[in-house]
Formats: sequence, structure tokens, C-alpha cells
Amino acid sequence: MLDGTTAEVANRSALRINPAKTCQPIGAMYASLGIQGCMPHSHGSQGCCAYHRSHLTRHFKEPVMATTSSFTEGASVFGGMANLNQALKNIFTIYNPDIVAVHTTCLSEVIGDDIPSIVAKARESGAVPEGKIVIHANTPSFVGSHVTGFANMVSAMVNYLSESTGETKNQINVLPGYVEPADMRELKRLAAAVGVDIVMFPDTSGVLDGPLTGEYELFPRGGATVEQIKSSGDNIATLGLGHFASHIAAATLESKCNVPAAFLELPIGVTATDRFVDALRSYADVEVPEAVENERGRLVDLMSDLHQYFHGKRVAVSGDPDHVIALTQLLLELEMKPVYAITGSTGNQFEKRMHELLDGPVPEAKIKQNADLFELHQWMKNEPVDLLITNTYGKHIARTEDVPFVRFGFPILDRAAHRYYPTLGYAGAINLINQILNVILDRKDRDCPEAWYELVQ
Amino acid sequence: LPDPAAVREEMLKIYPSKTLKKRSKQMLVNDPSAPPEIGANTRTVPGIITQRGCTYAGCRGVVIGPIHDILHITHGPIGCGYYSWLTRRNLAQQRPDQPINFLQYAMSTDMMESEIIFGGEKKLAAAIREAYEIFKPKAIAVYATCPVGLIGDDIHSVCREAKKELGINVFGFSCEGYKGVSQSAGHHIANNGVFKHMVGLLDEPDPEPFRINVLGEYNIGGDAWAIDTLLKKCGIHVTATLSGDVTYDQICKCHTADLNVVMCHRSINYMAEMMETKYGVPWIKVNFIGAEQSAKSLRKIAAYFQDKQLTDRVEEVIAQEMAELRPVIADVKTRCEGKTAAMFVGGSRAHHYQHLFKDIGMLTVAAGYEFAHRDDYEGRDVLPSIKIDADSRNIEELEVEADPEKFQARKTPEQLAALEAGGFSFKDYEGMMREMRKETLIIDDISHHEIEKLIELYKPDIIGSGIKDKFVIEKFGVPCKQLHSYDYGGPYAAFTGAANFYKEVDRMINTKVWQLVTPSWKKPADP
Repeated sequence: MLDGTTAEVANRSALRINPAKTCQPIGAMYASLGIQGCMPHSHGSQGCCAYHRSHLTRHFKEPVMATTSSFTEGASVFGGMANLNQALKNIFTIYNPDIVAVHTTCLSEVIGDDIPSIVAKARESGAVPEGKIVIHANTPSFVGSHVTGFANMVSAMVNYLSESTGETKNQINVLPGYVEPADMRELKRLAAAVGVDIVMFPDTSGVLDGPLTGEYELFPRGGATVEQIKSSGDNIATLGLGHFASHIAAATLESKCNVPAAFLELPIGVTATDRFVDALRSYADVEVPEAVENERGRLVDLMSDLHQYFHGKRVAVSGDPDHVIALTQLLLELEMKPVYAITGSTGNQFEKRMHELLDGPVPEAKIKQNADLFELHQWMKNEPVDLLITNTYGKHIARTEDVPFVRFGFPILDRAAHRYYPTLGYAGAINLINQILNVILDRKDRDCPEAWYELVQ
Repeated sequence: LPDPAAVREEMLKIYPSKTLKKRSKQMLVNDPSAPPEIGANTRTVPGIITQRGCTYAGCRGVVIGPIHDILHITHGPIGCGYYSWLTRRNLAQQRPDQPINFLQYAMSTDMMESEIIFGGEKKLAAAIREAYEIFKPKAIAVYATCPVGLIGDDIHSVCREAKKELGINVFGFSCEGYKGVSQSAGHHIANNGVFKHMVGLLDEPDPEPFRINVLGEYNIGGDAWAIDTLLKKCGIHVTATLSGDVTYDQICKCHTADLNVVMCHRSINYMAEMMETKYGVPWIKVNFIGAEQSAKSLRKIAAYFQDKQLTDRVEEVIAQEMAELRPVIADVKTRCEGKTAAMFVGGSRAHHYQHLFKDIGMLTVAAGYEFAHRDDYEGRDVLPSIKIDADSRNIEELEVEADPEKFQARKTPEQLAALEAGGFSFKDYEGMMREMRKETLIIDDISHHEIEKLIELYKPDIIGSGIKDKFVIEKFGVPCKQLHSYDYGGPYAAFTGAANFYKEVDRMINTKVWQLVTPSWKKPADP
């Protein structure tokens, strides 16, 4: 397996091999699904939309709806105005969403289609009915990654929807970042447990982790409502979780509606979750209840009980930048050694923050943005690790190098229940630690001499 | 069963007038004796929620991608290369002389904004060079994506230069996603490229007798292996399968075979035609999906070779295989007979799989393709009347002539006449509609709305479709068998594959899960 991957690392300036990222529009599509009653729309040729829907579906094992402008060669040369206009008419007539969230592809970006003016004309022509909303984000695939696309669409929600009426609402905005529905559910639960009212957007819980009832709903009841997003302009503060996924939107909301923004990292592990809880507590001016402290205490208890299996283990991590930054902190809390940490996305914040985190405790760590799994694998061949944590695409490396493997981040295409288990918050950390421990002990049980094969660990 | 004409009306009535006009032509009620003309291979209605993909997917994803000992480089932003990375299950087995299975790698030029502005040719040339340095492949294929055509990168000249510099075969495919109206254009572009750049490069035929190529078989879930095993039992040799688990060398010498048998007509009929014209290899349509169809296909191949021993061996194999299969059919039938199915799959399987359902007594009530053409629906005899519309006019048609040295008629005119007199028909595909019962609903490029209506009105016991529809359909409480990925099972081809499929369908229709959907407190109380 992966027999073309050798330990010798040749310099590459042009060839990307086994990417640790994908392109913008899928992130925008995912974000759009976090608005209730929303139809994501891909303005480009239909292949992108098919790929993005398929990919999200393979990850969530759930329906993923989106429409497309279905560009032909003619439209690619003369512009996609007629396609988008016709699409909007069809979408509202046939599927009747409350809101359509348009994103672009490399095709419409290269052509330079002006979405707002096309939508304005569509409204004039009656293709967009009275009371229906169309928002848009430009998501060129040749800039950034899927995380950028997500950030751009969340920012579009603020641009188009957030309003400041002058009346402050006693709520806190939470921009959760590019995380699982289970994580969004967990953030809501945790905030409620702390006793704080939040408005979270996007929110894909209830959309991409829906029940089987025998009745299909094109627009599931989950998702942040347009009203909630509008109200974000009146709230006390915004917690933007994850620099790469949430920073632009939080900053936009601050400048547009004067809502103070706090930029936090994804709450993975004890300290990062503490920071999240503390931010909620101080903005809302509430006491953290005992139940939440107990939850936290149970996590710390687990960490102390099984510390011996984590301490000093070498770990390779790959994923989206916000995820890798946050996960690294949990690994450090466990006294594991994240020796390799890469992201496929670009952005100096990643390397800067990772060096802050790792230069002290793991000075030998290799950190790289705009990297790929081929390179990570080569590093692993040169100096092996005890654990690999990344998305499904790590499975070939894990098998080739015979390394214990934990699936984490996006996408997970070959397992199913990840959509129900958070990795954020105290509960999420317990889930992650459980997974890490399981693969480490499974490996110990598999490899140890029979005489050392023990019942109790 | 509901009246299909009424179902059709019900599906259409919500559409705005322009959409209604177009969709009306793509939905009709079947008449097998005289299939009505269907609107197919026309542009997709924007905003309708189509199942369709693009030309890049048809070319790189489907036809060329499965060749596992050449290196595939996508020239474009990262998405296209990433999404076509191991998502189609065209399995491959490394050969002893082949050090690397390239299917495990996604390679891309990962175009950035600067390449969009200043052009990406330099980066492509560098990427090819780097790929060669690291992997030393036999050949490199390059694929264009949407922006490549618009910014004017000449991938073919970059490939020609690289070929000269590196001394290996390097060739490009102009399969920009916006070309044509679906994956179909990509098949055509791929066929042209394979024919121009690979077929005919090696002239030494395999030593075995009864050499055939299996065209349009991509080894999804091991299908090609199941077919190969069956053929081998009969003494029939496969020179190349295009392009499931195939090597570069096999494709280069596939013109040395004696016969082409076509599985997926849509994706590979171009190649079949061109090989016949240039090299004299005749082609016939076969189908190894379904027991009866597999037997029929074997007999057809044996009849072509007109060899008594082969014919006897084929009958022996069919008898053996059927002896094993009959009890399975009988068992599954007790639970599946009389159930209904509907199928909406790419450009081939919506037809082929009806035979498997038929084997176990199930009825197909509605079917359609994403991107097939009229000939796949109505049969090849309508080919002369198909007009190529403005959206597909720019797909290149290769001018092919008989090769002055390599053309070799496989049969004499007398032999051909004798075969045809015996009921044998070459280069013939009679399409899906002739083999379906009257009153079946045919829907081309089905929309999400139409699928919802179909479930509501027909309540089929199972639907065959793809990943984008699967969980929609199952939320309704109706099982959906993915007929692209096989839900990660398979093989389903040949007799052994048929057994797998029958058991799968039985499991899916009769699983207890569907009885658990409604909680006890919502069920009517016991009397």
C-alpha cells in the first residue's frame, strides 16, 4: 500500500499529492445547511455540486440538498446570469425554501459573475418571490480551502442578515466553526448548563444528524433561524470559535453591529473548554454551576486515571487548522508529544500558534501549513509515531505503517457514529480520550507477548 | 400499480412553464414495441436538483481513472482531484511487475490565484516533472478542469514537451467540467484520448486463443474479476478490460484481440466503433448482470468464435453455475417475488440491473438514466435521427480510417453472413425500453422532486440509485440499493455476483429495521 511513498523527501513546488484540504464551496455548502429552511446553491457547473453533496453525504450518512446553476459551455463564455435566474425561479417554485444561500465555484469566479446584481435582477423579474431571502458568498476554489469557504459563508450570513435594532438582547452569539453537528449540539448544551442564552450560527444539529421517522423533510427542523441570525446584531457579545472558520464573521459583526467579539480557539480539551465557559460566564455575568464543574472534574479524573498510557507517546496530527491547533492542546494536556502537525490550508496564524504551543514541550516537532498527507507520511517513515490522528484519508498511511489510528475532523467517510459524538467541550474530550485509549490498548493487546497479555489495564 | 400517465402529470404540474416544457420530453410511458422518442442528453434545468455530475468526472473519474499503473494529474484547483480520489470503487490488483498502485494517490496542480491570473502551464510542467522524479511511472495523464479552458492553458502542448523531455508517454484530456451537459461528454473525450494515445502501441497479441476485450467494465466491487473468472472457466481470454483493473500495456495491445464485448454501451461505444474501423475488431453488446443475461452473453461469445469445443465448454459452465445459483434464486424468491423496484442510475445499470430483479420475480415500475442518450433508451437504430444540440456540438468526433498495416478483418464476408443468418447481430444495442414492460414510467435525468413523488405514488419496495439519493429515500422508510458503489459490497456481475445481489436485495427489503421506525406509542393500540 502507498508503495510509491519513500522516506526520502524530494522538494516539491508544484505537485500536490494526497491533499489535506479540499476546495471552498463544500465549506460554504455545509455552513448554508446550518440555516433553517435554507437551500444551498452552487453557481457553477453541476459537477462541483454533485461532488460536494456526495462528499458531505458520505461523511454524515444523511441527505444533503443543494441546487446548482448547471453551467454549459455557452454560459461559461457569456456569463451565468440566465442560469442563476432560471435556477432561482425553479428553486422557489418547486422547493420553496425560506432562503437560498448562493456560493460560487472556480468557474463563475474566473468569469467574474456579479451575484448581487444577478439576484437583484431576478427579484425584479419575479424569480425571487416577495419575502424570500437570497444571500451569497464568493468562494473561489483557487483561494484557501474548504475552511475559507465556510468562513466566507458565515460572514455572508452576518453581512446579509445580522441587524442592530439598538435594543440589546441578553444573548451571546456563538460562531461554532467548521465542526460536527454533535459539537454544535454540545456547545448549546454546555451553554445551557452554564445558564447562558446563546444564538449559534450556523447550526447543523438537527439537519445533518436527523432521525429516521418514515417521513422525509426537505428542510429539517434544525438550523439557526433567519430571525436568530438577524438578532445577532443586538446581542451582548460574539464568541468566534476557531480563527480560520469564525474570525471574519465575528469581526464583521463587530464592525457592522458593534457587537464585541472574543476570538477563542475551538474548545477541545480542559483548558480551551475552560476558556469557552469562562467567556460565557463573564459576558453573561453568571456563576458556573456545580453540574458543569463536576462534568469538568470527571474529565480530569479520566485523564489522571489513565495517564500512563498517554505520557510521552509520539503523535502525528493532520487536519483543518482550527482543529489541529485545538487538538494539540488536548494532546499536550495528556502529555503526549505531537511531533508532526500539518494542515492543508494556508495561513500563517497556524504555524505561529503551533510554535507557541509546541516549541517549549516538543521542540523537535515539525509544523507545516499548506502541507499534504504524502509529506506527513514521509516524515513518519523517517521517524515513526505511536499514533496518527486525522480524517479518513489517514487510513492508508495507518495500515502501511501499522500505526494506531484515530479518525478525527472532516471527512470521516468509513465510520458512522462520529456524527453523534462531540469532540468539543468536556464531554467531547472524554470521547476523544476514549478513542485514543482504545486504539493504544488494542495495539498493546495485539502486540504484547502472550505472557504479558493482561486482563486488567 | 398507479396509472403512469397520471403519475407523470402529477410530477410535472408544479413546474414553471419553461421547465415543464423541457421535463415533459424527458418523462414518458413506455411502449416496448415502439419506444417513444425521449428527450435525453440535453442540458440540465438549473435549480432542479439533478443527480448529474460533469465532464471531468466522466473522463478522469470513470473511464481513465481506473488505469492503475499510470499516474493521473488533475490540472486545477484542489477540489476536482480530491473528490475523484478513491470514491469510485474501481478496484485494482497490483501485478508482480508493477511496483505502485497509483489509485491510492490523488495528484493535482492545486491551482492558486496566481495561476488563474498568470496561467498554470509552468506549474503543470513542473508538476509532471516532479511526479516523474518521485514515481517513475510508465505514463502520465493530465486532466483539465473548469478554469483551465477559460484561462487558456494549453495542456496538450505541455504534455508534448514533457513527453519529449522525459521519454515516457504523457497526454492530456480537455475535459473541462462545463463541456457537454453531463458525465457523458467526458466519456467521449476519454475514448478519443485513449484511442489516440494508447491503443495500438503494442502489436504482440497474447498467445491464448479466443481473445476478447471487455469494454465499458470498471471493476466496481470486483465485477470485472467475476466476469474474468467466468470467462476463464470457459476458455475465453481477456486481453484487456476497459478499464477496470487494467494496465497501460493491456490497453496498448487491446487492438490485437479478436472481439470486443461491450458492457456499458454509453461510456465506451465510441471506442468499440473506432477499433472496428481502424483495426477490424468487431463488437457485440453483452450483459453479465443477471443469470439469464450472463448465460446469453457467454453463448453469444461462443457463437462468434464458431468453435465446437468452446461452445460445449460454455454450456457445461452455464450448467454448473446455474446448478449452484438455482437454490439461491428459489430461496430469495420466497421473500421477494412480486415486490417492486425503481432504478435511476448513470447511463447503463438502470437497464442491466432490471434483469437481476427479474430473476427473483421482482418488477421494475420506473427507470431512467442520468446522462444516457436516446440510443441507450430506444436502441441504436435511432442513431441516424439523433441531432447533436448546441451544448454538445463542441465535443470532438475523431476521424478514423482503416489502418493500412494493422487493419485485419476478423471474419470473412461469408463467415459474417453465416453468423448473421443464424440470428447474430453485431454492433447492436436495442436499448432499455424494448426490454421493459409496457406502462413503465421512464424518466431521464430525474429530479429530487420527481423522486419524492415517485416514492409517494408508487411506494416501491426498493430503489436503486446513488449516494446523493440514498439517505433521502431511506428517510421515507424505503431501502435504497446504491447501484454505483454497491453500498461497498459486490461483485454483482456474473453468476457468483448475481447470488450476492439477490441476497443483498432480500436483506434490504426484509430487514427488521423498517419495523422499528414507528415507536410503540405511535402505533395503533392492540384491540
